[in-house]
Amino acid sequence: MSSTVQQFPPFREPQPAHDDHGHAEHHEPGFWSKYIFSTDHKVIGIQYGFTSLCFLLFGFFLMLLMRWQIAHPGVPVPLLGPLLEKVLGQPAAGGIISPELYNSFGAMHGTIMVFLGVVPLAFAAFGNYVVPLMIGAPDMCFPRVNMASFHAYFLGGAVMVVSFFIPGGAAQAGWTSYSPLATTIPTDGQAFWLIGMVLLITSSLLGAVNFIATIIQLRAPGMTWMRLPWFVWAQFVTAFILLLAFPPLEAAGVLQLMDNLAGTSFFLPTGLAVGGQLVDRSGGGSPLLWQHLFWFLGHPEVYVLILPAMGIVIEVIANNTRKPIWGYKSLVYSVLAVGFLSFIVWAHHMYLTGMGQKIATFFQATTMIISIPSVIILTCMFLSLWGGSIRINTPMLFALGFLPMFGIGGLTGLPLGLAACDLLLHDTYYIIAHFHYVVAPGTIFALFAGVYFWFPKITGRKMNEFWGRVHFWCSLAFMNIVFMPMFLQGIKGMLRRMSNGGELYSVAKVPGAIDALPGNIIQLNGVILWAAVCLGIAQIPFIINLFWSISHGEKVGDNPWRATTLDWQTPTPPPHGNFTEEQVIEHGPYEYSVPGATEDFTPQGGPAKHPTAHSHTSADH
Amino acid sequence: MSESEKPVSLQSYIRLCGVVFLVVLCTTSAMIATSFAHIGDGWTLKVALILAIAVVNAFLVAGYLMHLLSEKKLIYTVLVFTLFFFIGLMGLTMWAMNDFPTGTAVH
Amino acid sequence: MDIPYTIESRPDTGLYNAKLGIWLFLASEVMLFGGLFSAYVLLRVGAAPGMWPHGWLNVTLGTINTLLLALSAITTLLAWAACKVRDFTKFKIFHGCTILLALSFLTIKSFEYHDKLIHYEIKLNNGTFADGHLVEKSPDFDLAKKTGTVTLHGRIATDEKDLMDLRSPEAKSAKLDEVTVAATDIKSMGNYGPRHNTFTAIYFTLTGLHALHIFGGTVVIFYFWGPGSRMWKTDPERFTNRIEVSGLFWHFVDLVWIFLFPVLYLT
Repeated sequence: MSSTVQQFPPFREPQPAHDDHGHAEHHEPGFWSKYIFSTDHKVIGIQYGFTSLCFLLFGFFLMLLMRWQIAHPGVPVPLLGPLLEKVLGQPAAGGIISPELYNSFGAMHGTIMVFLGVVPLAFAAFGNYVVPLMIGAPDMCFPRVNMASFHAYFLGGAVMVVSFFIPGGAAQAGWTSYSPLATTIPTDGQAFWLIGMVLLITSSLLGAVNFIATIIQLRAPGMTWMRLPWFVWAQFVTAFILLLAFPPLEAAGVLQLMDNLAGTSFFLPTGLAVGGQLVDRSGGGSPLLWQHLFWFLGHPEVYVLILPAMGIVIEVIANNTRKPIWGYKSLVYSVLAVGFLSFIVWAHHMYLTGMGQKIATFFQATTMIISIPSVIILTCMFLSLWGGSIRINTPMLFALGFLPMFGIGGLTGLPLGLAACDLLLHDTYYIIAHFHYVVAPGTIFALFAGVYFWFPKITGRKMNEFWGRVHFWCSLAFMNIVFMPMFLQGIKGMLRRMSNGGELYSVAKVPGAIDALPGNIIQLNGVILWAAVCLGIAQIPFIINLFWSISHGEKVGDNPWRATTLDWQTPTPPPHGNFTEEQVIEHGPYEYSVPGATEDFTPQGGPAKHPTAHSHTSADH
Repeated sequence: MSESEKPVSLQSYIRLCGVVFLVVLCTTSAMIATSFAHIGDGWTLKVALILAIAVVNAFLVAGYLMHLLSEKKLIYTVLVFTLFFFIGLMGLTMWAMNDFPTGTAVH
Repeated sequence: MDIPYTIESRPDTGLYNAKLGIWLFLASEVMLFGGLFSAYVLLRVGAAPGMWPHGWLNVTLGTINTLLLALSAITTLLAWAACKVRDFTKFKIFHGCTILLALSFLTIKSFEYHDKLIHYEIKLNNGTFADGHLVEKSPDFDLAKKTGTVTLHGRIATDEKDLMDLRSPEAKSAKLDEVTVAATDIKSMGNYGPRHNTFTAIYFTLTGLHALHIFGGTVVIFYFWGPGSRMWKTDPERFTNRIEVSGLFWHFVDLVWIFLFPVLYLT
């Protein structure tokens, strides 16, 4: 394909005064209705984005504390130790993280990162801000439901955070909350966790209904299914996953809440003993039932984390290679296949529960099958680079970084999908390394790409390019130094949930024991700790850049990336109602460098030529 | 409104509802009768029969009261997927719970 | 700014927004109750032989509630039909009935709950079970201090299994009497609340969640019947849509009960 890029540096549009677009006849709403009780999808998107970024940072700090404890078991946390003791009391006596506290940090790190950080950022924040713009809609279908969704999310987050400060501390049974552990640990933190989860699930359900209805109902005239930007497809499938996979976990959450508060035995087996004492319960329940209901959500959740991120990557790559995305239709069918298959692979998390061979074979087969469409998506991304005149900027760097990182994460997952290897690797650091490669340098890199990419649409200014690149290269380096050694630790048999970082099983402690952890494996804990600290420091340029650029970034026009999709055809920032005129769509999503066109990008649509265009005759479906 | 092509009269709805209520009355009685009757040795056959009648009952409510019988294709599509995943959830879980290497289910 | 298709249908889908929205929501509800029903099936199948209760619930009350809900589903449909033919008075009457029927359902449900909560099973030191409804506790009754007596209207069973199948001929022929038990003879004592066994657990959870849905639905319908009906004057078309959508939710709640009733009361 011949590339016809005409000018490399972004062209400058004349700067229109964007002060009061479309607000001419509206009076300016007050603070509460504008920022707290807003029904505007863009404000809600920003609310989600800001809150979830804060939670990501909070979850990261929990992880740093845990890494300290792993690398230096029993040594008081430097700097933060006294603060911890003051805030959390006994569990952090002397600034030392007790095993109970370590457990609750572990459980809450997972919960916060997944349910309060990445999902709200990837799905709710980007989805809310971008999807209605991309499909040419004035807002979401149900703006007030949208607001309720954010409030439920915020409340759920508040419940989770509050649970740290109750007697007994936050939930300690891991982010998976396996019963009977989750019921027998003597803390109310688990009840808080469950109530928080019910709120978060409610929020996701409201969001999912809204997204699906919006994408189906509010596409502008001419925006047929096969003209949807792939990002919208990814959000569409994600919304369906949330809609149908989350409720069983909500059901399970209610049942476990009954176990914890009403004394039932849904997940408690007959004859359960804790500390040598028979538990005063009727018994008759099934711990495995919890695992099934949990993983029925838990596995599709992985795709909730990754699909919107892939959507962002596709948008950024198409925009910066200045050519159509390779295999748009394959991408669409692949994402549908992934969404469908994600519902029937869940029990590959449970090989170690003593499954029979027939059912294990079934789940191994579906697990291997689902990797096919995933690989097709990744392949399309790689092939899209071929022959493009690639424009390197911060969003593109993060998108390019996503490709190998997600590749590593995905491919290391294959051995885990096969029962024979999984029995060996289950619950070791190998697992941690695998899914963090998918989510941390994978999804979160894509989310960074999205932040840098859409920032100019939100604020009318670009984020600083130099510090963006510093942020990228440092993050890339330290992410890998953090997670790569964990593969090694895991293969050597280091278990994932021990608060002393495997010290008790080291050659130093038990010399001569078969499979004791060699000293160099234990030493890697120190490497990971300092790499993680550096990773944290590497985020400082991003945080400063984000806030500084709101008021001091380079001013740009409505379409600084010279993109084709509709989100860039609105005024900046988009006014209430998004489009000043009704849009009519006449082109596919990625018509870059069309031969014969005057520019190297052909926008999907523009204002209707006939103002009376109310004819939706375009053949949808 | 989607149903505007149909003749709209309150009487026709009342007639429809009368029929539906009569059938619900019959099916409910049939379920109760089955429950107390002596059919088969244990509960298995009875449970199957009762559930079958319940499905008929549910079909009535969904089909006529929720006018699902004359609904749009899009809604059918959504419901078919939902039903499929529901069956997957229940079926695969049941299968997993009953497929243990030793032959004795662990609960 | 107006959001398209709030009232009229989008041509290619044939639906207005809220109708698609409610069906999507109902799809998620199917999965929610699907998860709970799966739990029910697994608990029942996994129960020890002879330990799954039969006939513990009052079929008469259950049947009355079934019919009440069926009637309310019908009045809901008629309320919507009345809106469609623009007969506001009939709408008020029909939905007034819906609200009354829903409240009667909840009242009966709370009687049933109360009946279970005053039903006690007392494990005695001699290995037998005293089982029945609480008549009275003597003023000085204290289980921890082992003082006083408790009186039940019920019977003494030698084996806990005898208490499981109340449909069995033995259970039917058992004579119920006032049984007074001294606290000194009691090993443990508990009512038929959620923690009694997995049956009461799933019974209370399923019906409780269902009752919450009924309650929520009633609140919404009451709003449309009362303050929300102002919209009738300004935008009857949209109001009719609202009644249809809330009606769909109400019918779904009825649908859930159609399965709850046989599963809990009849089998």
